[in-house]
Amino acid sequence: MSDAILKVSNLSVAYGRVEAVRGVSLSIPHGNIVTVIGANGAGKTTLMNAIMGVLPSVGEVALDGKPMGRSLVEARVNNGLCLVPEKRELFSTMSVEDNLRLGAYRFGSSAVPGGLRDVFARFPRLEERRKQEAGTLSGGERQMLAMGRALMSRPRLLMLDEPSLGLAPLIVKEIFHIVTDLRKAGVSILLVEQNARAALQVADYAYVMELGEFTMSGPAAELAADKRVIESYLGLGGGRH
Amino acid sequence: MNSTIALFLAQDGIINGAIYALVGVTLVLVFAVTRIIFVPQGELIAWAALTVAALEAGAVPGTAYLLVVLGAAAAALELAREWRELTARYLLAMLATDLALPIGLLLAVIQLAPLKLGFTFNVIATLALLVPMGSLIYRIAFQPLAEATVLVLLIAAIGVHFALVGLGLVFFGAEGVRTTPLLSGTFPLGPLVVKWQSVSVLVVTLLVLGGLYVFFERTMMGKALRATAVNRLGARLVGVPVRATGRIAFTLAATIGAVSGILIGSLTTIYYDSGFLIGLKGFVGAILAGLGSYPLTALAAVFVGLLESYSAFFASAFKEVIVFSIIIPVLLWRSLTSGTHHDEDEEV
Repeated sequence: MSDAILKVSNLSVAYGRVEAVRGVSLSIPHGNIVTVIGANGAGKTTLMNAIMGVLPSVGEVALDGKPMGRSLVEARVNNGLCLVPEKRELFSTMSVEDNLRLGAYRFGSSAVPGGLRDVFARFPRLEERRKQEAGTLSGGERQMLAMGRALMSRPRLLMLDEPSLGLAPLIVKEIFHIVTDLRKAGVSILLVEQNARAALQVADYAYVMELGEFTMSGPAAELAADKRVIESYLGLGGGRH
Repeated sequence: MNSTIALFLAQDGIINGAIYALVGVTLVLVFAVTRIIFVPQGELIAWAALTVAALEAGAVPGTAYLLVVLGAAAAALELAREWRELTARYLLAMLATDLALPIGLLLAVIQLAPLKLGFTFNVIATLALLVPMGSLIYRIAFQPLAEATVLVLLIAAIGVHFALVGLGLVFFGAEGVRTTPLLSGTFPLGPLVVKWQSVSVLVVTLLVLGGLYVFFERTMMGKALRATAVNRLGARLVGVPVRATGRIAFTLAATIGAVSGILIGSLTTIYYDSGFLIGLKGFVGAILAGLGSYPLTALAAVFVGLLESYSAFFASAFKEVIVFSIIIPVLLWRSLTSGTHHDEDEEV
């Protein structure tokens, strides 16, 4: 099955005796945007961290058909996997430019100039702020820096955890615009979002996660039209949100 | 006291301060990357001085045997702890660095030491024997505790300090040594007679500090070490092998320790347990600067050196007391002013 860049089979993650993710399977075709939507606490972030190797898990995660076993985070980064975490995890006392440089760690300094050019073309705001400490940036700029840092590692599969969380609507629009742009550039993307409407608009395929399990899946356009999804996640008709 | 004596004391203080600066900067570096207060840095310094002295006498230094012991211990412990996870390639690398390299160095030193090949050889051999010890000590004592609290790490560091002092006594004996300086002779500078040796200590210290600056500001590896100190998870997510950063920090510590030891061996008599006080004075410098800033630490360490030198003149019996007492007002001031900082940190 080499047409899927990532294949997750029967993955479970437990915190002590509590299983946060239970027997989840998903597959991401090359060059697609796949989204996992669900309420706060459904286990979406845990799933991402397990795929990245930050959390130990049971089950199989295969990249390009090759199981990654218990390989370390750095080995996964070297294989082209990259996570932009919900909390961004920037190097707050270092400059914007240094944060970006470190994104290219796996290639070494030689990859920095080209990478910086690409990132600054995509995020002109970061170029204006390149000498500033990352900790002084606004929320939207931080998200741009986190995404820019990830792009410096030229990922083949980019995992975005709540990229729109806490951002102003205009910036959310910008971020999602960049997500579709990246897909055109051939990057596969796994997108986790509470903002289900925006996520379903850009995604090719979607999974719905509830209490650690996938309860529904299908092409994003179909799910966006599904009555239960509309009621629970899109906030139309039911008016619960 | 006339001005000649004052200037002479200043020269003495600055030279000792330069050594303390090297220690202090190392402590800041190791703490930033690993959160370990590396108490045993002084032992590495004493061992380096003792190694140079042994080589000057044409004898095989204890560190040559110690390195074999540490290498074997590190390999054995890692095998016992993680034999399930180890790959064949890693095992081969371990065999090469932990067993083959130390034994090779030991055999080479046994062959070459009696020939008394001179200053350059002594320096190279001392660096070759001391530098690998940094990462070995980290792997034996600290790597399994990587996630522990600062307090647990400090306790471990004190344990390592006692173990290394004991090993120093076994391998070097209780005799004190003094090595020949890199440069001897003096030159007049106004009313002052300056030793070339002092100049060489200052120049080497500035070179090491400059090298550290370039490493941390200009190289990818240096930035990766800083990034690990700022945000461990962030560093892992960009692919920095954070386990390796601890080893690199300790290798740097051992390198600077070896250089400091080579310098200080010609300034004062060094015994197997002399390292502790040297380390402690560097620590005072680091604490005065808040255990954070490299340039401030270096300045504070020079201040410690000057204070020590002048108090040795005015009240020689209380020399150490005066040096260590200045830490108290600083700690008091810090604990009064930094209470609000903690709240801010937690909010972020």
